[in-house]
This record gives sequence, C-alpha cells and structure tokens, in this order.
Amino acid sequence: MAIKKFIVGSFDDEKVLFPAVKKVRKAGYKIHDVYTPFPIHGLDTAMGLRDTSLHTAGFIYGITGTTTALTFMSWVFNKDWPLNIGGKPHFPLPAFIPITFELTVLFSAVGMVLTFCYLCQLAPFVKKHHFHARATDDLFVMVLEVTGKTNEEETKAFLAAAGAKEINVQVAEADWWLGRYDKEEKLFANG
Amino acid sequence: MASLRYESQVRNPLVTGTKDYHQITEDIVRPIESKASTLWKIGFAISLLFLGFGVYSVYREVTYGIGEWNLNKTIGWGWDITNFVWWVGIGHAGTLISAILLLFRQGWRTGVNRAAEAMTIFAVMCAGQFPIFHMGRVWMAFFVLPYPNTRGPLWVNFNSPLLWDVFAISTYFTVSLLFWYCGLLPDLATIRDRAKEKWRKHMYGVLAFGWTGSTKHWQRHEALSLVLAGLSTPLVLSVHTIVSFDFATSVIPGWHTTIFPPYFVAGAIFSGFAMVQTLLIITRKVLALEDYITMEHIEVMNKVIVLTGSIVGIAYITELFISWYGQNPYEAAAFKNRWDLSTPYGWSYWLMMSCNVIAPQFFWFRKLRRNLLFTFFMSIIVNVGMWFERFVIIVTSIYRDYIPSSWSTYYAPTIWEVGFYMGTFGLFFTCYFLFSKFFPVIAIAEIKHILKKNGESFKDNMEKEESESVEAFANEYAHH
Repeated sequence: MAIKKFIVGSFDDEKVLFPAVKKVRKAGYKIHDVYTPFPIHGLDTAMGLRDTSLHTAGFIYGITGTTTALTFMSWVFNKDWPLNIGGKPHFPLPAFIPITFELTVLFSAVGMVLTFCYLCQLAPFVKKHHFHARATDDLFVMVLEVTGKTNEEETKAFLAAAGAKEINVQVAEADWWLGRYDKEEKLFANG
Repeated sequence: MASLRYESQVRNPLVTGTKDYHQITEDIVRPIESKASTLWKIGFAISLLFLGFGVYSVYREVTYGIGEWNLNKTIGWGWDITNFVWWVGIGHAGTLISAILLLFRQGWRTGVNRAAEAMTIFAVMCAGQFPIFHMGRVWMAFFVLPYPNTRGPLWVNFNSPLLWDVFAISTYFTVSLLFWYCGLLPDLATIRDRAKEKWRKHMYGVLAFGWTGSTKHWQRHEALSLVLAGLSTPLVLSVHTIVSFDFATSVIPGWHTTIFPPYFVAGAIFSGFAMVQTLLIITRKVLALEDYITMEHIEVMNKVIVLTGSIVGIAYITELFISWYGQNPYEAAAFKNRWDLSTPYGWSYWLMMSCNVIAPQFFWFRKLRRNLLFTFFMSIIVNVGMWFERFVIIVTSIYRDYIPSSWSTYYAPTIWEVGFYMGTFGLFFTCYFLFSKFFPVIAIAEIKHILKKNGESFKDNMEKEESESVEAFANEYAHH
C-alpha cells in the first residue's frame, strides 16, 4: 500500500489542459496522472508517456494461436489417430486455414484484453481512489504528487495560474484494492 | 497530415442541439437512472412471453426429436438452419459498424455502434441455438469440441465446414463480446461515479472494473480498440464465408457455387443494417436520443442498404445466368425450381426478389432515405426478404432430390418449429430491453470525443489548437 499526498487540479476544457500540462512539466512538477472522461489524442505525448506495446503483445498472442491450431490439427490427423477421410490427405493445409485463422484471432483478442486488464489493473471488485467524481463526466483532473521538495501553496497557485478551476490536496492510496464502491473503507488510520 | 480536430466539409453535424460534455452524460444516462416506463414494461413482458413459448417449443423438440419440426429424409435442413443463417447475418452489421467503420474513420458510427454491437451479440446468441438443437440429442452437443475423449480418442473432422462453423461462431461471439465490453468500461464508470443509490454504485462499481480514466489507460484502451477492430474486420468476413461454406463445399446443385462467400457477406450486412434501423428508430424515439442518432445517421445507413441490396441483386442474377451458361442440367433444374412460379416454392423466390432487390431501390431518393416511417417499413421488408433468401437457398435446393421417388411432399413447418423461431425473437428482445434499461445505448465517451468536430454548436468556433496538425501540436507541447 502506497499512501501518498497529492495536489489535485481540475480543468473544465481540454484546450486549457494542454498548455497547463506543458507548463507544469516545464516547471518540474511530478505529474502523477491526468484523468479524463474521454481519450484525448496527444495528451500522452504531452505528458511524455511512452507508447504502449499492447500491439506487440497482440501479435505474439496471434502467432501463438496460429501455431497451436496448425500443430494440434496436424498431430491429430497424422500422429494420434490417422483416419482415412474419403482418401483426403493427412495434412490438408487449405482445409486447416479456417480454423487456424479463427484461433489466431481468438488467441490475439483474448490475450490482448487480459493483458490490458492486467496492465491497467482492471477487474470486477477492484476499487481505486478517484480524485474527482466528475473525472468520468466533464472534468479533466490533473494530479501532482507531493514530494519532499514540493511547496504546497506555491504549487496550488501555479495550478490556478495555469487555469485549474478547482484545486485541493488529498491524501490517498495510489494503488488498487478489493472493495465496494458503495462503502467507504478506511485504508489508513491517519490522514 | 492528420489534424487534431478535423472539420468535415461534407457532413452535417452528428450531434445536434447545444451540448456540452455534461449534457451528453445527462442525456444518455437519463433512461438508466429513471424508472422503467410502462412502454418498456409491456415490451419486456411480451418478449418474455415469446421466450417462454420458445422454451416450451424446444422442450417438445428435445423430448420427441427433430421430427417434431416436420423435417424429413429429403428436407433435412428447414427453418432451423434458415433461422441460423438469418440471425448470424443480422449480427454482421454490428461488427461492420464497430470495426470496419472505425478503421475507415467514419465519425457517424459513434452514435450507433454501441447498440449495433449489442445487437450483434444477442443475434449470435439466437443463431447459436439452431445448430445446437438441430443436433437432436442436444445433451451430446459437446461432441463437436475436440477434446481427448474416451472414444479412442476419436477426434472431430477438421476438414468439415460444419466444424469450421463451431470455431467461427464461437470466436465471433467471444471477440464481439470482448470488444463491446471494453468499450463499455469507461461509460459504466461514468454511471458509477454519478450514482446516488447504494445498489447502483455497487453494481456499476463491479461492472466498471475500477476504471479511472487515467491517460495511460486511455492510451492502452485506444490501442486495444484499434487492434480489436483490425481483428474483427477479417473475422466478420470469415464468419459468413464459413457459413456459406456449409453450402458451397457440398455437391448439392444450387449450393455448389463459388459465388457464395461474397454474396453471403453482402447479404449479411444488408439484413444487419435493416435490423439496426428497426431497433434504432424505436430506441431514439423512446429514449429521446434524436440529438445523437440523427437523420444523418439514418440516411447513411439507408445508403449502405441500397448498396448491399444491389450487390445481393447482382449475385442473384449471376446465379441465374450461370445456371444457364454452365449447361449443367442438375443446376438448371435446381434454379428452375426457384424462378418458375408454377413450382411449389416459386412464390418464395419472387418474394425474396421483390423484397431484397426491387424494394431497396426506393432508397435512391433522398426524400425516402430521410423518411422515418418509410425507413422503418423498409427495414422490416428487407429482413423478411433476407429470411426468404436463406429459405429459398436451403429448401428449394433439396426438396426435389435426384430420384423423383424421394421428392418431398410440400414441406411446411409445424407450430413448434415456428415457436422455436419466435422464441429466439423473445430471447433477442429480452436481452435488448435489459440492455437499453441498464446500459448506455450510446457510447458516452466516444460522443464526447467527436463533439467538438461534429457537434452542431461547435462547427463554427474552432480554435488554433483544434485545427493544428497532430505533428506540429505534439512538437509544440512535447517536453524538451
């Protein structure tokens, strides 16, 4: 459990958010995350996040499916129980294509979704701290982590100057835990 | 160069009225948070009634055997496989809208994709019932799976198109479901975060998987959606291709043709779009979502209907031509059994022709494309026509066997075969009613994403950042 202190600034327009992200990073503050109600193209670049490798994972899952299908069907038809089906060959590659293709897609899709859920820590009954309830509605919420060097008042003033509409300080668990959204759990004694 | 906000020169606004981000949430979540209307309750009750009748019909079939359906030695595939192909076809429009149009960057898909994807999932669920119960001894349905059994192990035949179908349909269902649910996560989180009641907060809290809207998560979410769309596009083409292989790889005259895969795929999209129209014209009215599913959406889908309807028409005419040009007496006979009105099933061929080929031509007129009542009427006509297409292909090709002594007497379904079909309507609409009550029928996050380029109130006030190219923008705001 990592309990940290954060300064939260909420913006109501992505046009204000973008320059703010740039200013905040230039000034050397550590952005914990920016929460938005919809994907904003270019925000990941502006925040300096590296591109995701999920595509590569999808490709690897895909070729795993291809290999599984081809190997399994050839093993069944040639090694385990070689049946004579109307005199057809034991390795009828064209007839194997449909199932091979379907398994490629299936492995790739299922694998990618599971990887996505694992990387983003998404699952039923997972609970996380939400810095602002309207981050999934109409606010763009920038969360700065308070480190030893941070001057809180100065940071708040900086965010206000950058255009944040609401600014507050929150002490919160930055990770996820198992919990219910209709119940308030106290994860820590003081804070 | 791609722009951050590209303003379309040719399209009308896709979101009408004065909207901001919060208003979008309010409009789409309203039906979920308010009490179920009387209309909804009546509709749901009727669906349950149909479902109940279907369950009873299936019970009769399971206890008696598929003779209960009037199938006989000559007509082994009747209404059941007709319904199977029909339902699978309907599902295809959902994937086309969600995947293919995403790859083509069609902004208008955003208003309709969620409901269309839900339709896909429910339609595939209905489709799956038919081959499973057609097996007769349904408790042995798991025999189609290649598992190490105690009978040898005796494996399934990987050469068989019917087995390819097992893989194709189950993959299609799984991938559609994953694609749909991943898109739903952010919207379920929206409902969770504004929920007042405890049960609602808990329920949507579980369903939303703890989604926060983090930028990194959105980046992965976008990558995931794009790759799933890229996978679903060949998948949807492969599924109906494989369904058509069930017929095309056999040696039955009338089935044994190479034209089947593209012809089936076009027909599937044709009927699927008609079903999307049927559902959405009602949904937008009942849930007051006319600002999001606009006339523009209806018109674009009608254009797809006239295009695919015409492709299907060309396929019908090509088939007829080849049956003469190919000089195969058996194939010529099979087709004479279709087009000749004096044969027992001639009427069904001409019903199919008029519903699928002639009727959609009205959509060349803009006035009719933008007429709701006419569109609704046409959507029903098209689906009737597409049902008869499958009926014509299946029944008229097999009812007169090679030996006249085994020619079938006139095949008509029993009430229990019809009941099974009605039951799948019950299943479909029960699911759709539950979906429209508990899930957002429009993708909230995606509408917000396109609001500023396609919203009526945003068309005229674009700012510098919005018209800038992505590259220039990224360069300007990158952290150096």
